[in-house]
Amino acid sequence: MTITTPAFVGRPDPPVTPDTRAWWDATRRRQLTVQRCDACGHAQLYPRVLCTACGALELHLEPVSGRAVVHSHSTVATSPNPALFVPPYVVALVVLAEGPTMLTDIVGPRAGAVRCDDPVHVVWEALPDGRHLPLFAPIEQDLD
Amino acid sequence: MNGAGRSAYAGAAIVGVAESDLGITDMSALGLQAQAVVRALDDAGLALSDVDGVATVGVPRFPAVQVAEYLGVRPTWSESTFTGGSSFEVMTARAAAAITAGHAEVVVVGYGSNQRSARSRSLAGVLDPMQPESQFDAPYGALSPVSLYALAAQRHMHDHGTTAEQLAEIAVAAREWALLNPKAFRYGAGPLTVDGVLGSRSISSPLHVLDCCLVTDGGGAVVLTSLDRARDLRRAPVRVLGAGECSTHHGFTQVPDLSLTGAAAAGAGAFRQSGLKPDDIDVVQIYDSFTITALLSLEALGFCGRGEGGDFVAGGRLRPGGDFPLNTTGGGLSYCHPGMFGIFLIIEAVRQLRGESGERQIERAETALCHGTGGILSHHATLVLGVHR
Repeated sequence: MTITTPAFVGRPDPPVTPDTRAWWDATRRRQLTVQRCDACGHAQLYPRVLCTACGALELHLEPVSGRAVVHSHSTVATSPNPALFVPPYVVALVVLAEGPTMLTDIVGPRAGAVRCDDPVHVVWEALPDGRHLPLFAPIEQDLD
Repeated sequence: MNGAGRSAYAGAAIVGVAESDLGITDMSALGLQAQAVVRALDDAGLALSDVDGVATVGVPRFPAVQVAEYLGVRPTWSESTFTGGSSFEVMTARAAAAITAGHAEVVVVGYGSNQRSARSRSLAGVLDPMQPESQFDAPYGALSPVSLYALAAQRHMHDHGTTAEQLAEIAVAAREWALLNPKAFRYGAGPLTVDGVLGSRSISSPLHVLDCCLVTDGGGAVVLTSLDRARDLRRAPVRVLGAGECSTHHGFTQVPDLSLTGAAAAGAGAFRQSGLKPDDIDVVQIYDSFTITALLSLEALGFCGRGEGGDFVAGGRLRPGGDFPLNTTGGGLSYCHPGMFGIFLIIEAVRQLRGESGERQIERAETALCHGTGGILSHHATLVLGVHR
């Protein structure tokens, strides 16, 4: 399948809340972070006030590797909003190496060939206000 | 009836059910709900003046308050637990418990939607900026709910070898039932084939448009009253033998397991309360917003093993004449789907238990299971119903 470029002619501007401001600010430096619990070490996304593993209220943001594996993927063939999204494009749930799951788009020349459990890495798309949106691209695998 | 004597629902019964007009109605959502309520009360042999409890969702702001006003009643018990399409399984259990506890005497559980006529359905879904999904889901262009179900289907195929053909069989079987149901949107549309499903337009792979439910108008209502009062009414009382529910996530990124859904906990709770097990159920009505929805619920509820859903549904067993008749109305896939389908599962289960389903009747049906799914596999609610013959 050929993925048209650009598949995304605009994005709904992601709102920011007090819970997530620091996470979005890190994306201005193209830094992907997860929230780490000071008490039990649990890593989570999206950022929120409490640790969902132990209930502690003390957490911090921590930079992560940007590596993930594709848990599942779907090629969207019918646009939810033709002004913003031009099918076909690939949405995926990816599990970060550090644990949390993200919804994302798989981009790049090999996006259409992505399969479950494939390794991917973060790439960044600029948002109009200086923030960046994390997307993921397949990692070229060595054929040795 | 096993379990009924000691359950929290033992003092109540379902005594009336009805749909409103279905399909493309050019009626208002409140009008459709009111039509269904009046028809269900008539089915029960009760009147609006008997109603002291109203349960509904899908109406803005204060759903039960708004609907009570439209109906012209002043209920002393209200209920609006909004869990998506599973709300009606939840509210019916709540109503039965409230009647058993003496908090209400005659409750109507109602629903109405004119989403087809009003063209109000959006493939993008509906989000408020305060919801985390507005930041972490919406920017990626996933269809909501379709793409989440597509992701679940893709992973199921990867893990278990489930095929698009097996999923399509669920839609084919639903169509066969709809051809026997004059109220079904696809009644008279002719049979569907597996190739027909696979050849239909892709929406979000691996799901095709014919793996997806209809978008129709429609309303429904379920009337409950005390078991004592039910004994004097015209229909055989249908008892709530057990209920269970489970909420696992709201947005795409928080799904704990794409394959084993909250239906497992919901079903286990309902089976435990009823004292029954999957083999004891005669009538199975399972939410089929998408073909994969029904397959995942069949597994999680224990009708087949985990990962075995694809083989389980094969061979025509879900169709009329098969050994596992599923969704005898034609389901959300071929009968109607006004946005939230859960109330229609109950309406058909009650009719089956009363022996009123005509050509679609399952012989000697004494027990039924209704399983509703809300959101994007987010909330699950199971009802086990029974009738004395």
